[in-house]
Amino acid sequence: MKNSIMTVMKKELTRFFTDRRMVLTTLLMPGLMIYLLYSFMGTGLSSQFGSSDEHVTSIYAEHLPDSIKTMSESGVPMEFHDLSGDKIEEALDALQNTEEGYDIVAVFPEDFDTQVAAYDVASGTKAPAVKLYYNSTDNDSQSAYNMMRDLLDTYESALANKFDVNPGEEVYDMATEEDLSAQVFSMMVPMLLMIFLFTGCMAVAPESIAGEKERGTIATLLVTPVKRSHLAIGKIISLSVIAILSALSSFLGTMLSLPKLMGEQENVNASVYGIDDYALTLLVILSTVLVIITIVSIISAFAKNVKEATGWVTPVMIISMLLGVTSMVESLCMTEPVWYLIPLYNSVQSMNGIFSMEPNLVNIIVTVVANICYAGIGVFVLAKMFDNEKVMFSK
Amino acid sequence: MRELLKVQNLRKSFKISAKQQKIQNTKERIKVAVDNLSFTAYEGEVFGLLGPNGAGKTTTLRMMSALVKPDQGDVLVEGSSVVKNPAEVRSKIGFLTSELKLEEFFTPNYLFSFFAELHGVEKAEAMERKQKLFERFGITEFAEVKVGNLSTGMKQKVSLVISIVHNPDIIIFDEPTNGLDVLTAKVVTDFLLELKEQGKTIIVSTHIFSLIEKICDRVGVIIDGKMAVCDTLDNLTIEKSLEDKFFDIYAERAGETYEK
Repeated sequence: MKNSIMTVMKKELTRFFTDRRMVLTTLLMPGLMIYLLYSFMGTGLSSQFGSSDEHVTSIYAEHLPDSIKTMSESGVPMEFHDLSGDKIEEALDALQNTEEGYDIVAVFPEDFDTQVAAYDVASGTKAPAVKLYYNSTDNDSQSAYNMMRDLLDTYESALANKFDVNPGEEVYDMATEEDLSAQVFSMMVPMLLMIFLFTGCMAVAPESIAGEKERGTIATLLVTPVKRSHLAIGKIISLSVIAILSALSSFLGTMLSLPKLMGEQENVNASVYGIDDYALTLLVILSTVLVIITIVSIISAFAKNVKEATGWVTPVMIISMLLGVTSMVESLCMTEPVWYLIPLYNSVQSMNGIFSMEPNLVNIIVTVVANICYAGIGVFVLAKMFDNEKVMFSK
Repeated sequence: MRELLKVQNLRKSFKISAKQQKIQNTKERIKVAVDNLSFTAYEGEVFGLLGPNGAGKTTTLRMMSALVKPDQGDVLVEGSSVVKNPAEVRSKIGFLTSELKLEEFFTPNYLFSFFAELHGVEKAEAMERKQKLFERFGITEFAEVKVGNLSTGMKQKVSLVISIVHNPDIIIFDEPTNGLDVLTAKVVTDFLLELKEQGKTIIVSTHIFSLIEKICDRVGVIIDGKMAVCDTLDNLTIEKSLEDKFFDIYAERAGETYEK
């Protein structure tokens, strides 16, 4: 009995692992592509919204007040250039042409500090105006503009300083590093994992079941004395192994690149999770893959060919992705164990609990047991389908 | 002689889809492919099923090999019923049809071992048998070439070898020489004769008269799913050639005339 299951498994795994193209596209590419994509996205976003660390902001200013110069000394490196008369036009041209070394042109009124100090808000007269010229298509110029705005806002607040909020260097955000990581990972990872798991299953199951039907090779297996249930079990276990490896590749790619995607925030770090968290995640993933592979295999057995199978599986994948989003909506996160009998939803919520660092063991056990039961029912159904000539030989 | 395979009142019908109804120009919703078919094959004989396309030959063979379930009737293979114990039947027969394909990604060497394992053949025995059969069919030098890269004739030889991986006593061949070049067809025909000499019971379905005349002991003529005639080849060809006899039976049964 066990022999025929092992033989079928061995054949499926040999088919996969000796095909370099399949190994490359199913195991290596997903993780690598996700890592590169997320890393580039993170780097791109950081450079879009921030100036590089080495860059010294170059400010061309007319009538630069001493107060502003003094305030700027405590912040990021800035280099002030004095402008006067016709040099302003020259600087504006350089700014427009995004010339190196021209980040912003600031035009202050003469005796800015005195004018500001003398200004009465209630007088109804125009306040002293500061003109900041910048080029929004240049990241350094955009950053320089933001810095100058912040600097001037701080200066303005300081003039009428009646009270301070959160003064000094003290940390007022009570969230720990673990909390921040948990918040980010619990929202993102369950949904991403569901997508990766489904994608992994989609890459192998239709090819193995509908593909064999399409090519006529399943009939060659069906004339052997191997039991249909053994054939189903052998296929489902081996396909699950491949799908898990594929999902693992995507998972690694995500975990390694997620901090980069979050703009290298020091607080977001996958190392906040312990071995037990990863063990529980693996348990949930294993049971989830069994369910997904069973669903995809049954659909594939009904289909006449791989194309039809992929088409039929797509709506189920969309549903699983929608269920994945429930980890982001708190009102959809149920805690009663009965909800954890719903396939796929239970996996998303269990992973959400684990990554929130609040795993509910009862719900995780319900999830794993329910998933194994569903996979068992699926194997039974698949075995019946293998024995059904109308399903297996439909054209 | 010992009855090795007994076909009893076999019946199989299929639903006809609307599309097929149009193609076949019929209003019938059910097509009876095999109708109350019975015959017996004895130990060591070659039994030929002769009939035109669509007569029900392939459906009969599929039921005999437990690939398709009969609506009615049964097939007993060395006493095992295809209805009650299909897995046991499958272990006792070898079945080769052009509809059974081999995975093109694998080599003949791998596939032989794989199917030997599924049939529960001991490793040493499988190795010995593989060597013998591969040499007999000239597969040895292609043993590590993927099936997808083999010629049609070589693929058919590999399929034939794999269908008898477990050395069955009853072998069922559906159109064994169909689509083969003359040289490969001869190799297959010679091998069928060899199997006959070894005392194997062979059921062959074909519409090639020369093949039947060359290898069969008894012949069953199937027309419209029914057994029109079942007799020894010698009795059928006393007065006329098998071809002439067949067309006489066909004209009588199907009510159609034909021109030679």
